[in-house]
Amino acid sequence: MKIDVKKVSKLSNLTLTDKEEKEFDEQLNDILHYIEQLNKIDTTAVEPTTQVTGLKNITRSDEHIGGMLPPEESTSGTEKKHNNMFVVDKLVETNE
Amino acid sequence: MSYETIVGLEIHVELSTLGKMFCRCKNPTLADKPNTTTCPTCLGLPGALPYTNQQAIDSCVKIALALGCKINKDSFFERKNYFYPDLAKGFQTSQFLHPFGEHGKLEIEVNGTKKTIGITRVHMEEDTGKLTHSRLDGKDVSLIDFNRSGVPLVEIVTEPDIRSGEEAKEFLTRLQRIIRYLNVSDADMEKGHMRLEPNISLRKPGETKLPKYKVEVKNINSFKFVDKAIKYEQKRHEQLLEEGETPTQETRGWNEFKNKTVSQRSKEEAHDYRYFPEPDIPPIEFTDSQIEILQTQIPELPDERRKRLAKDYGIKNLDAEILTREKAQADYFEDMVEIGKRHGIKATKIASYLINKKVDVKDTPPASVIKQIVEEENIETIDDSKLEQAISEVFEQNIQAVKDYKSGKNQVIGFLIGMVKRALPEAKDNDQIRKKLTEMLE
Amino acid sequence: MDITNLTITEIIDGYKEKKFSVSEIVSSYLERIEKLNPELNAFITLDAQNAKKKAKDLDSKTPNGALYGIPLGIKDMFLTKGVRTTASSNVLRDYIPPYSGTVVNVLEEAGAISLGKLNCDAWAHGSSGENSDFGNTLNPWNKERVPGGSSSGSAAAVAASLVPFSTGTDTGGSIRLPASFTNTVGLKPTYGLVSRYGVISMASSLDSIGHFSKTVEDSARILNVTAGADGYDSTLAKRDKENYMEDLKKEIKGLRIGIPKEYVSDALDKDTKQAFEKSIKALEELGAQIIEVSLPNTDHAIATYYILQPSEVSSNLARYDGIRFGKDRSYFGKEAKRRIMLGTFTLSSGYYDAYYKKAMQVRTLIIKDFKDAFEKADALVAPVSPTPAWKFGEKADDPLQMYLSDLLTVPINLAGVPAISVPAGFSEGKLPIGIQFIGPHFSEKLLFRIGSQFESKTEHYKELPNL
Repeated sequence: MKIDVKKVSKLSNLTLTDKEEKEFDEQLNDILHYIEQLNKIDTTAVEPTTQVTGLKNITRSDEHIGGMLPPEESTSGTEKKHNNMFVVDKLVETNE
Repeated sequence: MSYETIVGLEIHVELSTLGKMFCRCKNPTLADKPNTTTCPTCLGLPGALPYTNQQAIDSCVKIALALGCKINKDSFFERKNYFYPDLAKGFQTSQFLHPFGEHGKLEIEVNGTKKTIGITRVHMEEDTGKLTHSRLDGKDVSLIDFNRSGVPLVEIVTEPDIRSGEEAKEFLTRLQRIIRYLNVSDADMEKGHMRLEPNISLRKPGETKLPKYKVEVKNINSFKFVDKAIKYEQKRHEQLLEEGETPTQETRGWNEFKNKTVSQRSKEEAHDYRYFPEPDIPPIEFTDSQIEILQTQIPELPDERRKRLAKDYGIKNLDAEILTREKAQADYFEDMVEIGKRHGIKATKIASYLINKKVDVKDTPPASVIKQIVEEENIETIDDSKLEQAISEVFEQNIQAVKDYKSGKNQVIGFLIGMVKRALPEAKDNDQIRKKLTEMLE
Repeated sequence: MDITNLTITEIIDGYKEKKFSVSEIVSSYLERIEKLNPELNAFITLDAQNAKKKAKDLDSKTPNGALYGIPLGIKDMFLTKGVRTTASSNVLRDYIPPYSGTVVNVLEEAGAISLGKLNCDAWAHGSSGENSDFGNTLNPWNKERVPGGSSSGSAAAVAASLVPFSTGTDTGGSIRLPASFTNTVGLKPTYGLVSRYGVISMASSLDSIGHFSKTVEDSARILNVTAGADGYDSTLAKRDKENYMEDLKKEIKGLRIGIPKEYVSDALDKDTKQAFEKSIKALEELGAQIIEVSLPNTDHAIATYYILQPSEVSSNLARYDGIRFGKDRSYFGKEAKRRIMLGTFTLSSGYYDAYYKKAMQVRTLIIKDFKDAFEKADALVAPVSPTPAWKFGEKADDPLQMYLSDLLTVPINLAGVPAISVPAGFSEGKLPIGIQFIGPHFSEKLLFRIGSQFESKTEHYKELPNL
């Protein structure tokens, strides 16, 4: 298998220069070739591990609310705001 | 050629929990100023982590149970990865492989025909922030408010079993009613508590396979518009199919002012969401007894209640349906019937009174409404002399009974009340008749 | 005041005996930082004014708190409210967070005083510290060599006595490797013991929050403060609090310590092999029973790790879009871009089963390896790196080469077990070499016991770099 760097960079929301594309193509496919060795291992009937802790049902009750940031602090990370809302260039399509 | 319309619905319901899905922020109202009910977690700040709201999960499972779903006892959250400015983390914590509920159904009735709509899945996820459009310094911009980010959302997906706008409306009405009975959400479409997207396609009659395309329609904010949008798409697809073309698989937006759908120029290719199990949240496991407990917390659902009221109280099906639209009203009706029994007020009378007089069930105690009915019936019916006359006639025709009463058999009064009512059908108030009888028997 | 070999224990004793005040201690460390940091580049943000203010405040109060008046450095992956936090990346070069995470808060509540933020590989991606957007941190023992990564600044700062302890993160060896390269003690706790809330996530199922110190005793003292569930991190076990200093003085006679045979292959260089063998002898002299065990799936650990970790990284770094904070994604460095793309690929449609799912399955096998080994041994001992610190630039151009340097540390992260890197000697060229003690989940008390006995016997921690 081979990584299509152009396609993957788009999916990752990253813009690469032509130089980077070439460099990454070689490096990433190099790494991919190494990690493909896993295919040789027999993992039939082996359960995948998603949680190493073995924990289950870690939840909270709905009784208390709190921890909200003051309005200035929730938007303190950027200058691009208006009426305490974050600003981006108008999007072509709406998600709803 | 007449085509068959295939519609599947995707519905999102905002739960009315106190706090958000994965953080302790307040579940916001529309009155909250922008970015005031936010914290590091729902803002997607560096280093923030989720902590799951158990009440939200319970509510989701209740919805699934009410829709007859099988509950997945081993379940977990997954990350749905995509980039959009209203998605703070760059992924939505949702469910894909193991939703909490699967394979349910909801029965609807349209124009006298009953039909079962399959429920594919019911799962738990979180809401995104809200985008509004504006103009700043001469540029078109989008403004983002994350108050809504992280609010618990239940997603309900139906099988493509719906065949018309009417069926869709009926389905949504019943679904909304169930959700309100469960008291897990106000499900108010105008407030955005309930959002829906129909997936529409057409096929030739007689065909059994699903069409190769489907069109998703967004931006529908009322049941009325679902019907209109489906009807619009029906026409549009039909036209294209007649011309030998297949409608493009795409997302379109409903424009309620122009009464049409508009293509949203979204990507042709399907999103690659790269789902994988959420590593920051351990899996959720239910025991049988936990599911049983949640089941007991589900009240009698609208459809069952409607059927029971019609059967037990002999009221019209339509009246029963109206009375069960809101649980509070159905509860009120049954309370009134209990009280009404003592005054001889029939359930049917109470039903039509409630429906026609539009009683405020929140502020008016049921007993006072019964009192009103009784008074009205009294004014309507007999005056004293008429009653006396009728009683005298009954005495003449039932001498033995009068003798029995006077010799101590008090229970005979029941028989005498019945005779009075038979002689004088307008006499309704048992208490009044009893009083007059007792008076005249002395 | 000579602070170069002060441990936390000694500072606490000094405060008790009124040998010095908190302000004096803090000033001394700040002075040393002023003198040595410009070259070493361990700290990238200094918080001197706040530190002095806090010291003055603490001096006016009665000491209380397990780390009262102890200065520390914080790896720049930990959010500190009001103090710049960068992840050593240009994306967050000017970011000032509105909140601090759990570990930062509990350390502060225990009386510790932060002197500033420490350099690291950007986003914790690296094994040498060479991936920082804020320049390299130098190894105090040899300025032409890497201090190890990703917690490069954290290790160098303690090694150079700029602070007596520092925080770090270990996802694939990022505490143990630099500890091993700098003659410091580096603890990687059990996954699920210390809260990750408020620490920039690298790989969510692998990140372990730990720290650096000069001695094992200090390390246990710190863990007493940082361990425990906090109601914000859902992956923390709800356990009774332990006193990690309890067994430090307990002998290790009869304890079964296993050497995983796959970790002592010909890949080890001469100096490392020698230091390791000397360490085994020391353990035997302490009465431990040395046995051989096997971790058969060791060879597959790097491949497994470099599928799971970039996959989670690609998702965890999706929030950095420049809208709510920081700069846009064009400011990511090369290594970050590489890992994001690799991870996006391994999760993508059509490839998920072959890569991510497969790696999750091999992870199960690796976990079982450790479980089986711990039936035969109470703890394991192994080298941390096949070689001591390499020269700057030696591996920087070959990402795969760099990844392979993690082969002795990564399996521990996949299993989620705890490990501690302890000074074990030096190479001929006086480069530090460490060894790691590895235990079952939540066996930190045992690891501290073995480490403490070992360091008391070998005393490598007493050596200081020539600065």
